[in-house]
Amino acid sequence: MAPHVDALYIFLLIVTGMMALLVFVLLIFFAARYRQRPDVRAEQIEGSTALEITWSTIPFVIFMVIFAWGAVVYFKERTPPADATEVYVVAKQWMWKVEHAEGQREINELHVPVGRDVKLIMTSQDVIHSFYIPAFRIKQDVLPGRYTVEWFRATKPGVYHLFCAEYCGTQHSGMVGSIVVQEPAQYEAWMKGASTGPLSASGEKIFAELGCATCHRSDTQGRGPNLQGVFGQPVQLEDGRTVTADENYLRECILDPGSKRVKGFQPIMPTFQGLVSEEQVNALVAYIKSISAAKPAGGAKTNAHLVSPRDPMSEQAQAQPNAQPDRSQVQ
Amino acid sequence: MWSWLLTTDHKRIALLYLISITFFFFIGGFFALLIRLELLTPAGDLVQADTYNKIFTMHGMVMIFFFLIPSIPAVLGNFLVPMMIGAKDLAFPRINLLSWYIYVIGGVIMLHCMITGGVDTGWTFYAPFSTSFTNTKIVEAGIAIFIAGFSSILTGLNFVVTIHRMRAPGMTWSRLPLFIWAHYATSIIQLLGTPVVAVTIVLVAAERALHLGIFDPKLGGDPVLFQHLFWFYSHPAVYIMILPSMGVVTEIIACFSRKRIFGYHFVAFSSIAIAVFGFLVWAHHMFVAGISVYSALVFSFLSYAVALPSAIKVFNWTATLYKGSIRYDAPMLYAFGFLGLFTIGGLTGLFLSALGINVHVTDTYFVVAHFHYIMVGGAVMGYLGGMHFWWPKISGRLYPEGWARLAALIVFIGFNLTFFPQFILGYMGMPRRYYDYSHMPEFQVLNVLSTAGATILGVGYLLPMVYFLWSMRYGKPASDNPWNAAGLEWKTASPPPTFNFDEEPVVTWEAYNYEELDAPHKEEVPVAG
Repeated sequence: MAPHVDALYIFLLIVTGMMALLVFVLLIFFAARYRQRPDVRAEQIEGSTALEITWSTIPFVIFMVIFAWGAVVYFKERTPPADATEVYVVAKQWMWKVEHAEGQREINELHVPVGRDVKLIMTSQDVIHSFYIPAFRIKQDVLPGRYTVEWFRATKPGVYHLFCAEYCGTQHSGMVGSIVVQEPAQYEAWMKGASTGPLSASGEKIFAELGCATCHRSDTQGRGPNLQGVFGQPVQLEDGRTVTADENYLRECILDPGSKRVKGFQPIMPTFQGLVSEEQVNALVAYIKSISAAKPAGGAKTNAHLVSPRDPMSEQAQAQPNAQPDRSQVQ
Repeated sequence: MWSWLLTTDHKRIALLYLISITFFFFIGGFFALLIRLELLTPAGDLVQADTYNKIFTMHGMVMIFFFLIPSIPAVLGNFLVPMMIGAKDLAFPRINLLSWYIYVIGGVIMLHCMITGGVDTGWTFYAPFSTSFTNTKIVEAGIAIFIAGFSSILTGLNFVVTIHRMRAPGMTWSRLPLFIWAHYATSIIQLLGTPVVAVTIVLVAAERALHLGIFDPKLGGDPVLFQHLFWFYSHPAVYIMILPSMGVVTEIIACFSRKRIFGYHFVAFSSIAIAVFGFLVWAHHMFVAGISVYSALVFSFLSYAVALPSAIKVFNWTATLYKGSIRYDAPMLYAFGFLGLFTIGGLTGLFLSALGINVHVTDTYFVVAHFHYIMVGGAVMGYLGGMHFWWPKISGRLYPEGWARLAALIVFIGFNLTFFPQFILGYMGMPRRYYDYSHMPEFQVLNVLSTAGATILGVGYLLPMVYFLWSMRYGKPASDNPWNAAGLEWKTASPPPTFNFDEEPVVTWEAYNYEELDAPHKEEVPVAG
């Protein structure tokens, strides 16, 4: 992102520099040229509509160029590529907890390989924080109670600053860390280090432990909706609305099941607010996503999800021609 | 003493305000100095984290709510609005006094809050940190600001009614000094905006005390809602600070270039345009807060729309100098300072409104530098310029011109040295509200420059206070119109009598009639028709 932002920045420096120069040169010139002299009186000028229109229109056109360019860059910043590697981030006073889909966990550090699109799915356990990597020119507030998303592709190996940019209390300035960008080989080596297994596998375990499967059955329609293939699909709600089952929707259904109930189901699900941690919610979401992405692609329904979360990250998955269309044709 | 505390004379009330806001200005300035001292070194070594967080919070709250918002309107506006339109007083003199008492009550509560513990949320009070996490004195600070807000509302109300109803015969809308237009626009914002921040504070207090779920998601609230409500007032509040300053600068430029203002109507209506569009851009503070890309698009566009009237003003001021007869007395030096700093502040606003760049520089020192260029470089420069311009009228004495020019120069240099490095720091990525940057020592050089500048700036602000006080006793008595300026306020004694004019003026001339004033046959200048 940095080259795009910097290009616009330099353009703005030049344009505003010229505007400032114009104003300052005129000010200084007039101030010097028309300083008070004996016997010379000021010449009264009422104004000029033509001039007013000129110096309203020209800046406005320039403003619109800046606006449009800024908007284009912003759309790029805000639209993660569909096949980006997903990493979950949980912010709390005053640290960053990072979970990779493969199960690696880090605190105040994020390891990524060069040249890969990385999408951060972020939430906060307490107050608002902001995940800011100055070198990549990206920043996104991290809110409690919902997911926000930010993405980047690192182009040069190195260690970069990670800052919390939204004031969050006592140790706000201590909530800093590093983004470690590695060559793919090094990164793979790092990845092989200690891991508790894929995030979706932990999710599956939690899914079983909490007894979710008693209602959300995978073979047939139970007392709760079947969650196979639900992710990314439109869902018809009891109140008539239709929402897309994205990360935020899944999260809301776990923590506040009553608010957006699926059409045709009774409000019998209890809330899990306070019973599951942010990390557990992330794992559950990762699990539900895995059984959505995997079902049509892999033949073996039951354990396909164990493979799937790793797949999108590796080159083979991107190469699979049917990985993308399948996702959208689920159901 | 009692004659002062029970006065309903707008000029005396203005002086009461002058004393009280100066007091708060130096408290806020003291906090600023502590901030700069802490940031001199990367380590957090002067104060502790919590103390620093309280210091920048109190700096913001005191400077914004107890200095900048009342500054020009409550002092210069109070003193001059009735005189400039040829009225005996404001429409509601008792309400005017009441608004000062309300301000003082708010201020005393704020002082009590600071002495007994303070607040550490930043002046922005972001939820849910303010409602569910911090254990500092949020509710008390909220009450102080809530109360002070009523003072602001009442002042605005008084100005609107006065400008509508109390103009002297012949003082039509298009003959009003542009200072009045600026105050009229400001008053509209005060009237319409301030209640919203009051409501927001009540909601924060309600969530904090009663655990109603409004902003905290754990209670079922929405933290982004807080930001919408907060900025709906706090963005227009920026225009409460800068519009009156624009009014002051307009008067000064006309007087010291001996000219009518170029494009009077465009300058007047741009004030109103700023007041109206100013209410439509609040979410440009929230481009990374989790709002949708489409609403960001709309607010970015509208931010450029509000930049336009400000640009028009700058061009008109510049054009006014053309073929003028320009003098460089201290007020004019401040006006030039204003033009330079406000232009930089405004142009860097274009960076922040550009969505792609905003993502990088928001919540960094770039923003800090930008809004100080507007609110200190712009608003305070205008305030000081106005104080010098009208000091002879207010006090009846002349201040020492040489010292005043020196002070203007020191303020200008000190200001730029303090805040220009912060633009660079911001683009390098230094976040706001960090008391310790030991992880990034590369930021130190620019921070040292900034602190050095702040020291110079501090001297620049102390000087005028010293020589203004000195001039009250030792200054030469001022004539009625030492600058030979246009405007009704210069047609009465210095200082003016209680009811401003011995007989009601009748206006037969346009504003800024410098042609007549400078005409060789001066004696025939109409005084009253």
